[in-house]
Amino acid sequence: MLQSLWENRIPVAAVVLFAVGFTTLLLHRNLFKKIIGLNIMDTAAYLFLTSLGYISGRKPPIITDGVTDASAYVNPLPAGLVLTGIVVSVSVTALMLALTVRLYERYHTLDLDKIYLMAKDEEEEKK
Amino acid sequence: MKKQTKPKLSERLRAWDAGSFDLTASIDPDPPVPTVEHDVRQEDLPPLVSLSERETRGFRRLYPVLAAALSAVLVAFLLSAVLALPPYGAADNPPHNEVMERYVSQGLDETGAVNTVAGVILDYRAFDTLGESHVLYTAATAVMILLLAAGGGREEPPSVRRIMEGDPILRGTARVQVPVILLFGVYVILNGHLGPGGGFAGGAILGGGLILYVIAFGFEPLERIVSGRVFRVGIASALCFYSAAKCYSFFCGANHLETIFRNGTPGAILSAGLILPLNVAVGLIVALTMYGFYSMFQRGRV
Amino acid sequence: MSFAANLPLFSVVGCLLASAVSAVLRAKPAAWVTRILAALVAAASVPVLLLGLKTGTAVTYTMGHFPAPWGNELRFGILEPLVSGIFALVLLACVVGGDRELKRDIEPAKQNLYFVMVDLVLAALLALLYTNDLFTGYVFIEICTIAACGILMIRQLGRTTLAAVRYMIFSLIGSGLFMLGIVFLYSLTGHLLMPNLKTAVAALWASGESRTPLLTAMCLITLGLCIKSGLFPFHFWMPDTYGYSTPCSAGILSGLVTKGYIFLLIKIIRCVFGVEVFYASGIQSVLYVLGVAGMVVGSISAIRVNDVFRMIAFSSAAQIGYIFMGVGLSPELGTAAALFHILTHAITKPALFLSASRLSEASGGRKRFKALQGAAHRNPTAGAAFAVGCLSMIGVPLTMGFIAKYLFAFAAFRENRLLVPTLLALAISTVLNTFYFARTLIRVYNTRGVTPVPPVRLRTQPGYAFAAILLTAENVVCGILAQPLIEMLTKGLSVL
Repeated sequence: MLQSLWENRIPVAAVVLFAVGFTTLLLHRNLFKKIIGLNIMDTAAYLFLTSLGYISGRKPPIITDGVTDASAYVNPLPAGLVLTGIVVSVSVTALMLALTVRLYERYHTLDLDKIYLMAKDEEEEKK
Repeated sequence: MKKQTKPKLSERLRAWDAGSFDLTASIDPDPPVPTVEHDVRQEDLPPLVSLSERETRGFRRLYPVLAAALSAVLVAFLLSAVLALPPYGAADNPPHNEVMERYVSQGLDETGAVNTVAGVILDYRAFDTLGESHVLYTAATAVMILLLAAGGGREEPPSVRRIMEGDPILRGTARVQVPVILLFGVYVILNGHLGPGGGFAGGAILGGGLILYVIAFGFEPLERIVSGRVFRVGIASALCFYSAAKCYSFFCGANHLETIFRNGTPGAILSAGLILPLNVAVGLIVALTMYGFYSMFQRGRV
Repeated sequence: MSFAANLPLFSVVGCLLASAVSAVLRAKPAAWVTRILAALVAAASVPVLLLGLKTGTAVTYTMGHFPAPWGNELRFGILEPLVSGIFALVLLACVVGGDRELKRDIEPAKQNLYFVMVDLVLAALLALLYTNDLFTGYVFIEICTIAACGILMIRQLGRTTLAAVRYMIFSLIGSGLFMLGIVFLYSLTGHLLMPNLKTAVAALWASGESRTPLLTAMCLITLGLCIKSGLFPFHFWMPDTYGYSTPCSAGILSGLVTKGYIFLLIKIIRCVFGVEVFYASGIQSVLYVLGVAGMVVGSISAIRVNDVFRMIAFSSAAQIGYIFMGVGLSPELGTAAALFHILTHAITKPALFLSASRLSEASGGRKRFKALQGAAHRNPTAGAAFAVGCLSMIGVPLTMGFIAKYLFAFAAFRENRLLVPTLLALAISTVLNTFYFARTLIRVYNTRGVTPVPPVRLRTQPGYAFAAILLTAENVVCGILAQPLIEMLTKGLSVL
C-alpha cells in the first residue's frame, strides 16, 4: 500500500488535487471560487497526464547531438496533449470570467444562489 | 459610503440594458477609495429581496452535505484506481510504446523538427492542434459576444487610469522591458521547431508584452497598429491559412500525394516544412487573443 | 480511394473556414454563409453514405502522411454520414426558421458573431461524429461546449446569462471527468486511437489485471458524457438553457449538441470499451435505471410548469432518458432504437421550439399556457407544425416517435431482457407525454374566449415556413418509410 503510494506519488497528488478542485467547485457559491476550483481540477488532470510521459533518467524530447535513439528521451506525446489541454483551460477560464463580469454588472453579487433568486424575482416583476 | 435607499430592481436592470457597463457606476460614481476594495463589500448594497430566509430552505440546506459526500466518494474511487496503475517513471509503462518510439527515432527525418513535441503537435497529430487553435478562437468570440459594449465600448475605469497615469516606475520598467519581451516572443515562435517553444508559448509571451505596454501607456498608441479591424482580420486570416494549409496536407497524405513542402536541413531556421509557418500563424492567433481578452475585459471593445 | 472519402474532411475544414470568415463579414452575408454551408454539408454526406452502403464497411481516412496510431484518423461507415446529414439539415432548418427571432434577440453588432458560433458548433459536431481518436474527441467536445454556450448567451437577458453559467459549470465538470477518464485509459493502454484501445481494453479485461482503474476510466468517460448530455439527475441545466435562449439556439442545443455527445458515447462503447466488456461491467444497468427515471421525472416536471418553452425543455430531459434506456437495454436492438430516437428527437424538438416561438409571438410574445389559447388559429402554419411535433413526441403512428417507441418495445421483446420494466416505463411515460402535449395542443386549438384575428400568412414568414415544412416532412417521411432507415441504422451499428 505505502509502496504503491510512493511509486505513484505524482498521480496520487494529481487525483487529490482533482478532488480538491471538484469539491471547491461544488461547495462554494461564489463564482470566482468556482472558477478557481475548475482551474485546479483541470490542472490536476494535466499534471496526471504529464507524469505519464516521464521516464526516470531521460532527457526532454529535443533531439540533441544527433542522438535519435528512443531510449534517450522521455515520451513527447503527453507533453503535446497537455499543451492542447492548457489552451482549452485558458479559453474556458476567460469565458467563465466574462460571464461572471456580466452577472456581477447586473446583480452586484457573486453568490450564485443569490443571483438565482434575484433573477427569479426579476421575472416575477416583469409579469 | 452611505446606505442608499432601496432602488427598484427594475430601474437598475434598465440601466444595465441601456449599456452602462461601468461596474462602479451604480454603486458610487466617484469612488474615494480604490475600486477593488469596495466592490466586494456586499453590505453596502441594498438588499433587493429577503434572501436570508429563502436561502436556507429545503434542498439548499441538504446540498453541502450531498456535495461533500459525492466528493469523498470520488476521491476514494480515484485513489484506489490510481494505486493500481503502473508505477510512475518506469521505462516499460504502456504509454512508452511503438508510437513514442517512432516519434522520437524517426521524427527528425519525417517532420524535420528538432523539437519532437512540435513535430507531434503540428505534423503527426495536427488535426488536434487545428481544433485547439479553434478552441481559443471560439472562446475569444464568446467573450466578445459577452463583453462587446453597445456604442463602441467605454473608457477604462477611472481607478485603472489613475494607477497608470504618472507612475514613473511602471512606465520606466515597461519602456525597457516591452521591446525585450516582444523580441523574445518572436524568437520563441520562430525557434519552435528547433528548441523549446513554439506558437503557443511565444504567442502568450507576445500577448503578455502587448498587455504590459497597454497598462503602462494606454490603449491609444497601440490602437494605431492593432485596431479592432486588424484584430479581426488578423485572427481570421491566420485561422484560414492554418485550416487551408492543413487541409491541403491532410488531403495529400490521405490520397498518397506528395506535398510541395520540403523538410529541408534539420536544425536550419527554414526547415521542417509547414511547422514554421504554422507556428507563426498560431503565435499570431494566441497573441491577438490574449491582447483581445485583456482589451475586452478592460474597455468592452478591441 | 474514392473521392467521396475526402468529403468528411472537407466538411469539417469548410465549417472551420466559414467560421473564421464570418467574423469579418456583416450579419446578412454571414447568415447566408452558414445556410449554404449547412446545405453543402448535408449534400456532401450523401456520397459518403452511398459509399458506405456500397462497400458495407467503414473507411479509415488518414489525416496527413502518417498512418494511425501516429497520426490522426477519421473513420466513417454508414451511421456517421447518415447522422451528420440529418444534423446539418436540422441546423439549416433552425437557422432559417428562427431568422426573425434572431433579429429580435441579438444586438445588430453581434449578429455575425452568432453565425461564427453556429459554424463552429457544426464543425465540432461533425468532428465528433467522424473522429477515430479519443483525444480529438475531447478537443472538439470543448469547441462544442464553448460554442454552444456562445449561441446560448447571445441573448443577453439576466436569466440567459445565469443559464449559461450553469450550463458551463455542468459541462465543464463533464469534460473534466471525461478528460480524466482518457488519462486513465492512456496510462493503462498507451493508446488514444479507438481500434487500438479496443484491443488493449479487451486484453486487459480478459487478463483480469488492473480491473479497478479500467472500470474507473469507463465510469469517468461515461459519466462525463452523461452529464454533458443531460441525463437525469444531471438535467438541471436544461430547462433554463432551452427556455431562455433564442429559439434557434434552443433547437440546436436540444436537438443536436446533446445528441452529438450521446452519439460519441455510443461510438466509444462500441469502438473503445467493446460491447462485451461494457455490457459485462454493470455500467449499462446504471444507464438503464437513470434513463427510466429520467423518462418519468422529466415528464412529471413537464406537467408541472406553466410555460410552454420550459415544458418542451423538460420533455427533452425525458427523451434523453429514452435514449439512455435504449443504450442500457442491449447493445444491438436497444442501441439501434436509441439511435433512431436520437434522430427522432433531433428532428422533432427544433420544430417544437420554433413553432412554439411563433405561436407565442402570435399571442403577444407571452409564453404562459393561458396566453396561448387559440394561438394555432392566429398562426396556422405554426399550429400545424407544432401539432405534428407533439404527436411525434406522444408516439402517434405515421410519425417518427411512434417508430422509436415501437423499436424500444421490440428490442425488449426480441432479446427478452428487462421486458416488464421497459414496457412499464414506456407505458407510464407515454401516458404522461400524452397528458401534457395533448393539453397544450387542445389549448392552442381551442378558441373559446378569444376574439378572432386575421391569421398570419405563410408568405409573411418564408424562413419559418421553409423550416416547418422541412422538419415536418422529414418527420412524416421517416415515420412512414421507416424500414430502410432502420436497416441502415442496424447495419451501420454493426460496422461502427
